[in-house]
Amino acid sequence: MADIIIDRVQKTFAAFHALKDVSLTIGDGEFVSLLGPSGCGKTTLLRIIAGLETATAGDVRIGGKTVIGLAPKDRGLAMVFQNYAVFPHMTVYENVAFGLRMQKADDARVKAQVERTAGLLHIEEYLDRYPNRLSGGQRQRVAVARALAVEPKVLLMDEPLSNLDALLRLEMRTELKTVLQSAGTTTIYVTHDQTEAMGLSDRIAVMHYGVIEQVGTPVEVYNHPRTRFVGGFIGSPPMNFIRLPVIAGEVEAGGQKLAVPAGATGEILLGLRGEAVERVSTADGLPMHVRVAEPMGSHLLLTGSIRDQLVRIVLPASETVRGGDTIGLKLDRDRLTWLSPDSGKAYPATP
Amino acid sequence: MWPGIRSFRQRRYQMTSNRSWTPYLLILPSVAFLALLFVAPLVQTIWLALSENGAPSLANMRTMVNDLNFVPSLRNTFLLALAVVPVQVAIALAMGTLVAKIGAGRETILWIWTIPLGISDLAAGMVWLAILQNTGYLNSLLFGLGLIERQTAWLTYQTPVALFVGIAVAEIWRGTAIVMVIIVAGLNQVPREYREAAEIFGAGPWTRFWRITLPLIRPALQSALILRTVLAFEVFAVVYALGGRNFPVLVGEAYTWQNQNQNYGVAGAYAVLIMVISLAATVVYLKAIKVDPERLP
Repeated sequence: MADIIIDRVQKTFAAFHALKDVSLTIGDGEFVSLLGPSGCGKTTLLRIIAGLETATAGDVRIGGKTVIGLAPKDRGLAMVFQNYAVFPHMTVYENVAFGLRMQKADDARVKAQVERTAGLLHIEEYLDRYPNRLSGGQRQRVAVARALAVEPKVLLMDEPLSNLDALLRLEMRTELKTVLQSAGTTTIYVTHDQTEAMGLSDRIAVMHYGVIEQVGTPVEVYNHPRTRFVGGFIGSPPMNFIRLPVIAGEVEAGGQKLAVPAGATGEILLGLRGEAVERVSTADGLPMHVRVAEPMGSHLLLTGSIRDQLVRIVLPASETVRGGDTIGLKLDRDRLTWLSPDSGKAYPATP
Repeated sequence: MWPGIRSFRQRRYQMTSNRSWTPYLLILPSVAFLALLFVAPLVQTIWLALSENGAPSLANMRTMVNDLNFVPSLRNTFLLALAVVPVQVAIALAMGTLVAKIGAGRETILWIWTIPLGISDLAAGMVWLAILQNTGYLNSLLFGLGLIERQTAWLTYQTPVALFVGIAVAEIWRGTAIVMVIIVAGLNQVPREYREAAEIFGAGPWTRFWRITLPLIRPALQSALILRTVLAFEVFAVVYALGGRNFPVLVGEAYTWQNQNQNYGVAGAYAVLIMVISLAATVVYLKAIKVDPERLP
């Protein structure tokens, strides 16, 4: 049983604050993604949990015990690296067996575990090959099998799919989810790819400039971003932000009067998901000037402006809109996010 | 038929044939240079060693083998190579591993470590002579510490062990840098993730070194061993400076036969013997340390 508690962890490299007071609690068996752009500190945090990097301050507890000062091997974890780090001078079999060999497991157990994990990841055929004869995807399977073979309490993954091509990434993502669901291992997954994080995770921790901006389920962070950064980083297209004047606690959007959270005066930032709209007649709705219309097959992507501010809107594929048109939009009241234009932080959701 | 097309074809043919000759033309000077200054003397030396008065003969070989100094020089050369090369590789590996862990100042340390590379063999021999001779720094130090009461001789035929150790130490000091340079280059090609992955999966520092780092720097290790061993069989100037003929080695004997005895045939025989030993050592390394490109990063 291994829950992970990250308690006010800080990390400085010379004058650079890579992590500023990061706290995060991960439940036993949970799959949590650390999501953020490069340089946000997500890999540093993972390496601190792994023991490959030392925190400047703070505590990391795995299964209730602090692991600060413990060597990586004494933390009961396994890791999958971005560029696989599958040992080129060992066969696939010996690679998968490596952790068990280090634990001095007897040959029977090694064989059983290697065969079991190789089966899970469909690499049984390659066990006696050397990794250089394998494709990137196959090597990544070996790396995952090597990690799972030791039956770790905690599995750490550092951008494991980012070196694969798009099609393979999708395939591996699905497969990883299947394998990890059945393993029930506590998993921390570092990625800059929000679709990966959304698809795989129980919860996502969105990081930016060494700070966790929000932690929540994929649906929570998607629908209720707590900061402008989170809304803009998650989702494709990203959330739209439209500045609107507040008049007597309300905002006027086309024909709609929308109540804003208490305390908002002057201007407010409306966070609008591209698909949280419905097309209505121009007279009845918020007017949008369409600059480009891109039929994507599954939906219609519109780029244009509302109140002279750039927006991307998603409509059903059945709609026909052309560049230069002006259309009317009705906003879905339940799916709007209100943010302060000054701090970029969301107002608490109004009941 | 159509003269225009034919001449066009001819032109094309000439063009491509010119192009196919270009690389050969470009490497011609270096090939000629090597043929003139390496292959020709090599053939000459082999002929010199294996002939007498213009006829093939093993007389020079017999003279060499029956010479009083032949066995000692062969033994000394091998003992020196056996003592020096493993120590140099071990030290170079230690230095390379240490310097890999250093962040700031790494380049400076490498610079200092490679200083012996820039010193000629004979100068290095003189430096160590200044340390080890009767009135040298070592004796001064030992006397200063009260460990000896009068000057002690280290480099005479009466003190063969001290002489051997002195020469070995001087050779190690002089020749380790080149091994280290090759090893450091090899270590730089091993991505950090391999060692980190090994660490995560429970390998301690020694296991990481033996099971991960060492197998991954095989090509560098092989090059360093071949280079260093061949050079060890050619040891001369340091030995000459420290021991003179008290410590006969193969190249020293070749030098003596050439310059003092004016017998080029026997000198040639020694040269051929050294070459054969070096080639044999290279083959042994190539076989013993197999480098399979498929098993490298």
